[in-house]
Amino acid sequence: MIEKHLRESLRIRTVEHVADPPAPTVGLTSPAADVVAEVRNLGVWYGHFQALRAVSLQVSRNQISAIIGPSGCGKSTLLRCFNRMNDLIPSFRAEGEILFDGENIYRRGIDVVDVRRRVGMVFQKPNPFPKSIYENVGFGARINGYEGKLDEIVERALQQAALWDEVKDKLRHNALALSGGQQQRLCIARALAVEPEVILMDEPCSALDPVATLKIEDLMRELARNYTIVIVTHNMQQAARVSDTTAVMMMAEDRAGQMIELGGTNEVFTNPRQKQTEDYITGRFG
Amino acid sequence: MTRTAFDHQLEEIQEEMLLMAAMVATAVERGIEALKNRDVALARQIIADDLEINRKRYHAEERCLELIATQQPLASDLRTIVSVLHITVDLERMGDHAEGIAKIALMLADEPPLKPYIDIPRMAETATRMLMSSLEAFKHRDANLAREICGWDDEVDALYDQLYRELLTYMIDDPKSIQRATWLLWVAHNLERIADRVTNICERVVYLVEGRIEELNVSKY
Repeated sequence: MIEKHLRESLRIRTVEHVADPPAPTVGLTSPAADVVAEVRNLGVWYGHFQALRAVSLQVSRNQISAIIGPSGCGKSTLLRCFNRMNDLIPSFRAEGEILFDGENIYRRGIDVVDVRRRVGMVFQKPNPFPKSIYENVGFGARINGYEGKLDEIVERALQQAALWDEVKDKLRHNALALSGGQQQRLCIARALAVEPEVILMDEPCSALDPVATLKIEDLMRELARNYTIVIVTHNMQQAARVSDTTAVMMMAEDRAGQMIELGGTNEVFTNPRQKQTEDYITGRFG
Repeated sequence: MTRTAFDHQLEEIQEEMLLMAAMVATAVERGIEALKNRDVALARQIIADDLEINRKRYHAEERCLELIATQQPLASDLRTIVSVLHITVDLERMGDHAEGIAKIALMLADEPPLKPYIDIPRMAETATRMLMSSLEAFKHRDANLAREICGWDDEVDALYDQLYRELLTYMIDDPKSIQRATWLLWVAHNLERIADRVTNICERVVYLVEGRIEELNVSKY
């Protein structure tokens, strides 16, 4: 009662206490969550080498899911499975399923181009096309056969990527003239222009300075209102800052990547359940 | 991979905290000695020593903040640092309570004795035992012991009640005793607060071990 009164008189915001979600078991988020993508018992091979073993997890809508783990544990491999980017690697083979909106994207006859439109990707190093800012963003929409007003799409995507104000007067300039942080936001805008449902980010800030990094992180939180984001990062602080859930991957003795823990980010970073997670995030291993 | 320098710093802040706890326990014991023996010099020494306890608390805070800022501690490292931060604040306040006892010992040194001291030393003994045990629980990451220690607080509360009733009878019998009886009540109150703050330490031990913040003992006072 007194707290309510003081809050009102001091105009202090009321923070709704959200009940903690039930602790997810390894490989599953809480059943109530709205699941966009679900990985079921995924195994990946490059030739004879098994890169992933028995990975299961669910990705919830409008959340940021982080995948962390030491180098070589298969986190990028897992990320690239979400939009079948690994198909481009000869000798790649997958077992298990990845359901996207209930449909297995690894089933025969699926339209891979459509999967990649719905699941966009941003890479480690900003990789704009050596074209104008405008063309970079409009390109995807155009080749996807979009016939509406391209100007609107370009502006909307640049707005969403928090880049519009910085580039609106130089849309015809070459994208390569932008700073690294701006180029990465341009790549995010390019991914957004085709209106994906999920955005995969593979170490999106590793080539950026701290200020540009924080800008991207702010942007990610903003984008999570409308999109689902899966991010792979080496930067544990970044995973702790931006993500809602964190999956921890480790290499088994035969070097196959496995998921060892999945949980709410707060829980994973303050009180992990697995000793290996503890050792990894406290810097005693990996 | 190891973090030798960081591990060493983590050990140091915990050792400093344990040292601080030992200083506080000594101050409490000496405070009761000074009271019983009307030892003015010892009482003054306790008051002077409390400055060092205070300094240690601020030093611990600086070290913890430095580690948080520079090492980005996570998981049990983070819980250790946060626990040390909390516990050193409690220890510093306990030191103030011990100092309060010493100040009363100084005031009572010039007065005729009111009564033999029986319950007050027992309270002090239980409170310091609780304190040192809580630090054992911290050292050995023993959440069960921490929970058990909180139960001992009831003994201290019961002794406090008993002493309160007894002192009241002195005051009713002889109004000239009111001042001395009140001062003794303050001594008992200081001891009661110390025991109560030990339960805060125990809560931190449970947090350190299990990652949960829970209230273990709601004091009667």
